[in-house]
Amino acid sequence: MSDSISTQLENIKHIILVLSGKGGVGKSSISTQLSLCLAKKGHKVGILDIDLTGPSIPRMFGLENRQVHQASSGWVPVFTDESQNLCCMSIGFLLQKKDDSVVWRGPKKNAMIKQFLSDVCWGELDYLIIDTPPGTSDEHISVVEYLKDANPDGAILVTTPQAVALADVRKELNFCKKVNLPILGVIENMSGFICPHCEECTNLFSTGGGEAMANEFGVEFLGRVPIDPSLTLIVENQDSSPDKDLIKKYSASNLFKVLSNITDKIIEKVSLKDT
Amino acid sequence: MAVIDKPENAPEHCPGPSTEQAGKASACEGCPNQKICATAPKGPDPALQFIKERMNSVKHKILVLSGKGGVGKSTFTAQLGFAFASEESVQVGVMDIDVCGPSIPKIMGLDGEQVHQSLSGWSPVYVQDNLGVMSIGFMLSDPDEAVIWRGPKKNGIIKQFLKDVDWGDLDFMLVDTPPGTSDEHLSIAQYLKESEIDGAIIITTPQEGESIIFAPTTGGAKKMAEDLNVKYLGSIPLDPRIGKACDMGISFLDEYPDSPACKAYLDIISEIKKQFTD
Repeated sequence: MSDSISTQLENIKHIILVLSGKGGVGKSSISTQLSLCLAKKGHKVGILDIDLTGPSIPRMFGLENRQVHQASSGWVPVFTDESQNLCCMSIGFLLQKKDDSVVWRGPKKNAMIKQFLSDVCWGELDYLIIDTPPGTSDEHISVVEYLKDANPDGAILVTTPQAVALADVRKELNFCKKVNLPILGVIENMSGFICPHCEECTNLFSTGGGEAMANEFGVEFLGRVPIDPSLTLIVENQDSSPDKDLIKKYSASNLFKVLSNITDKIIEKVSLKDT
Repeated sequence: MAVIDKPENAPEHCPGPSTEQAGKASACEGCPNQKICATAPKGPDPALQFIKERMNSVKHKILVLSGKGGVGKSTFTAQLGFAFASEESVQVGVMDIDVCGPSIPKIMGLDGEQVHQSLSGWSPVYVQDNLGVMSIGFMLSDPDEAVIWRGPKKNGIIKQFLKDVDWGDLDFMLVDTPPGTSDEHLSIAQYLKESEIDGAIIITTPQEGESIIFAPTTGGAKKMAEDLNVKYLGSIPLDPRIGKACDMGISFLDEYPDSPACKAYLDIISEIKKQFTD
């Protein structure tokens, strides 16, 4: 079984996990934006969504009604664009209706994750971004275990600035240490809200906590991402918008500049592995 | 037992994995699960009886749920707990079954507290005389320690919270859950089946609703409630002071009684109370 995982993943240059102990801090949003930035910079990118009971990736990319196809080499991921530079896999593509809930205990979730890793034919990718559910339980233990031979580059931790969220992310940092997963850095999301009318920044959930935590643990702080309603608008209005090119729309937004910087830092960090 | 619970892909005359005949009937010959069925303990989980006895002294059990994380389940649970407990005669218990990311201790101002053992079981940690709390956060030697547990171990601790905690007589038990629909949710529902759950409160954020920061789009929580035919209890605005109150572990409702968010909370809470008094 682990052999088939290695075979499917052998042409993937970099594997990055996006983690956070707390829910709703923007793991999927950050995973999506990182992928868009990487694709915009000319890389081939895949996203694997292992949040099985709450998949958000199909919605983020406006792919809610798409289905996975079966080929002789395995499941074909769903491509977001014609240039075929960005593809996704999520349990959302395997559900009959988008409101269907997946009520599964651990062993079934683990089996699904194993299948995602061993049966999806990603082909050649520069980056595989793995979006995870909140916590430090079955999905996390399993994905790290299954990826052991594939040698993932590391994890990006997403947090929001409140003490309550930071407390959970500190746990996630210790999880990474315990399972020997390198930490590429910490991103502080929802760090301030930029008012669309006056462009003034309000610190809704305070600010700076993520950076302080990163310093304390001796890991890199990758940057702050403000709350920007325009991203929600881009994501939620995909169906009605005539322009389907998400990469193009995103790269015109203010957030692109912020994430582009963060992406460069990550690219630099993982490229050390190549040499 | 009239209905025998058997797996979908079981052989035609499967006696059911929890029956006395499991693994021994002629239909079991050749079934890949035969050995497991034959050796697994039979009958209902003996812990269920203990849970039922413990829960006899709890009048109302309410779950706080949401598929998505970070929408404010723990915040709401804590504020609801504070609000119920503002009447001295009402006994309230808050049980946090988010094993991997317990937020209740911090939000309720109980960081660093420990659970004590007594003859009658584990004693909850009390915010005030009539508000007891139980969370895995009280059992960690280091607050940053990650609880890296798979399902069965999480289910074990939830069972213990129900069976071994000396809750005493409670009017309300509020159960704060982790995001999702997995082990913790299945287990709590299963363990409390015999003693009956009054209901669940579902929390969501308006990414599909009307709000200024999380942009307005298609319909929102109210519409979802209408579509699914469930009662819409109300909406709570985003107020940075709620987050601050949580970080400090104090009751937002006591601290900012004049704020619009506080009024929204109180309206929802009185709506919930009404359902239990009618």
